[in-house]
Amino acid sequence: MQPSSSRPILEAIDVRKAYANHVALSGVSLAIPEGSIFGLLGPNGAGKTSLIRIITQITGADEGEIRFRGERLNPSHIAHIGYLPEERGLYKKMKVGEQLLYLARLRGLSREDATARIKQWLNRFEIKEWAGKNVEDLSKGMQQKVQFIATVLHDPKLIILDEPFSGFDPINANLIKDEILRLKQEGATIIFSTHRMESVEEMCDNIALINRSRKVLDGPIEVIRDQFKTNTYEVEGVGKPIVTHPEFEVVEQKARENDHFYIRVQLHEGVRPNELLRYLINSPGIEVESFREKIPSINEIFIRRVGETMPETLNQTANALL
Amino acid sequence: MASKFLLVAQREYLTRVRKRAFIMLTLLVPVLIAVFGVFVGKIIQSDETTEIINVRDDSGLGIAGRLVSTPQLQFQPVAGGTLASAKTDFQRQKHAGLLYLPAGLDEKDPQGVQFFGKGNISLSKENRVQSALTDAFAELKMQKSGLTQAQLDQLRAKVPLNSISVDESGAEKDSNSGVTTSVASGLAVLIYFFIFLYGVQIMRGVGEEKSSRIMEVMLSSVKPFDLMMGKIVGVAAVGLTQFLLWGILSYGATAVVLPMVMDRDQPAKTSVAATTSATPGGPAAQPSLADNAAASADQMNPAKRANAVGGVFGKIKELNIPIGTIIFGFIVYFLGGYLLYGALFGAVGAAVDDQTDTQQFMFPITMPLILSYIIGFAVIVRNPDGPVAFWMSMIPFTSPIAMVIRLPFGVPAWQLALSIFLLILGFIGTVWVAARIYRVGILMYGKKVTYKELGKWMFYKG
Repeated sequence: MQPSSSRPILEAIDVRKAYANHVALSGVSLAIPEGSIFGLLGPNGAGKTSLIRIITQITGADEGEIRFRGERLNPSHIAHIGYLPEERGLYKKMKVGEQLLYLARLRGLSREDATARIKQWLNRFEIKEWAGKNVEDLSKGMQQKVQFIATVLHDPKLIILDEPFSGFDPINANLIKDEILRLKQEGATIIFSTHRMESVEEMCDNIALINRSRKVLDGPIEVIRDQFKTNTYEVEGVGKPIVTHPEFEVVEQKARENDHFYIRVQLHEGVRPNELLRYLINSPGIEVESFREKIPSINEIFIRRVGETMPETLNQTANALL
Repeated sequence: MASKFLLVAQREYLTRVRKRAFIMLTLLVPVLIAVFGVFVGKIIQSDETTEIINVRDDSGLGIAGRLVSTPQLQFQPVAGGTLASAKTDFQRQKHAGLLYLPAGLDEKDPQGVQFFGKGNISLSKENRVQSALTDAFAELKMQKSGLTQAQLDQLRAKVPLNSISVDESGAEKDSNSGVTTSVASGLAVLIYFFIFLYGVQIMRGVGEEKSSRIMEVMLSSVKPFDLMMGKIVGVAAVGLTQFLLWGILSYGATAVVLPMVMDRDQPAKTSVAATTSATPGGPAAQPSLADNAAASADQMNPAKRANAVGGVFGKIKELNIPIGTIIFGFIVYFLGGYLLYGALFGAVGAAVDDQTDTQQFMFPITMPLILSYIIGFAVIVRNPDGPVAFWMSMIPFTSPIAMVIRLPFGVPAWQLALSIFLLILGFIGTVWVAARIYRVGILMYGKKVTYKELGKWMFYKG
């Protein structure tokens, strides 16, 4: 699958949204490839939720346009979108089964279809005995499963999850991750929106970074990583390495127990990693146990990018990410 | 999108109707009404027992003999002993009081008449004694000026007033302002309580959606207008169901309980049972409402004699009461008023985060409702064609109650049409405002809401 090259399920074109006292989105353009997992990343208050609320038609853009499979966004698309907001909940006094039925029918499913799918999903999550229980009698983890089912029950083409793993226990989080990957296999497109970039970066095919109402970077995650690689390598082994080579620069060096070491070395431009490896192997008393390229995390990329494009906001942005 | 609106309404209806509290309340209230009705009936009955007042007349003018007893008060001349012994006597006899006319009383300027009562003397009792005394003195003076007893008897005769209302075509019909007023107040009370009881339910429902955080999920599926309308209509259906059941069950319960408790010749007292069907549930929290209801129940007495509901309708037919207009108007104002206020209650629920914050926004909403209720009974019933009645029956916030009070007295068609037009306009306006507050309000979790903030929300761009 080559997500980056397939046609976009959703496009945002120069979207602007302002509230009374602040601008939430200014000139944001995105294309979300069909069948991909898309990370909408940025610190709290960057404008992610504003963009999602425009896509889910809770509110509208002041300027710009959203297109769903090439069509201007309209109410008929609601049936194709599943949304799990950050502020999520359920009617406490309603039974699980009835609640799912209600939400599915509001999304356009017939009673028969909805009933069949509810059964299927409750079986998949092994919770079919809960159908007759009131939501208020469920634990938080159980409610999260019900919320997730409600999001995907109508078989949406586009699933939007806002801060999906906040408040999820690790077991549920993994269960949901597996389901998301399965839904992607079946052709759904997923948007993750989160400020905790590390929680989703290994799942995303494409990302967009948003800071202070503006998009600062977007594209396939591998391309972005390559672009931000610094030709830095991490080496672990035994001995006390002393690197005094003009083409290598030790950025960090740590001594560990039992004569072990860790070093992080940046190679000057055009220098190949093999040269560093050869140099270390040839150093006396050094035994290399692991050698790997240091891949920048999205967090690091984000902060670097903000530093380049909006240096005046770097401190606040870095704090917001913590 | 109409089907979504129906889905919302259906859910609102079913979840409420299936609640244990709803079933309990629906079954319990008629029983309470029957018991309460009987209780009130007994009280009124006991209140209307004749009280005896001893009269010690030392004036020598023969006033004691001239005091005319009424069903409420019976004057009983006493003589002998001293004033002090008379004071202890009436208490020992368990009589209501002692009226003392001292010796040497001047009939032209009677000073020094005293009335001794047990404990505090009620104003109505004082008034009755006062008017009996005034009449007695007047008679005395008239007789002294030369009138014979026969002439006096003629003077005393009551003049029966036969009110006849004339309509535009000149046709004459018997008018009975008692029945008219009763019908008017009964309908107004019904609207008043319906708006209050179920408007608050809309508010709570929105508040619940907000506090349980399901709002955003809902809004991504349903337009705020559909959500709002579905809620209002669903709750209205709950209210109508409950009212209908209360009506039927109260009638049944009263019919069962009454014969066991009441005397056969006292059916009128039970009318309270029928009229209080408009006061279940809520009033416990709102004592002033209960008071109003009790007051209005009094006024309704003659109209709704439990055994004679059919008779009243028959009577209404004979009278010059536009029964068709009343039914039509009642339905329009009942629904229109509820929709208008329901939207506002929903907006309050959407505006605040915390149920305890609702008070500050409840006040301006309930003001016009309470105002039209109070003014309705203080002014409009007395002068149903006056300027106050006219303006209040035009303003959408007051017209549901004001116009319904006016209806039985006859309202020109153009006024009715204008008022309904304004009500519909007002309803669309409030739903528009409320839907905006609704959409913005539900997305502002944890933000303290002020009036200034609300104003801003209304003009937020889509």
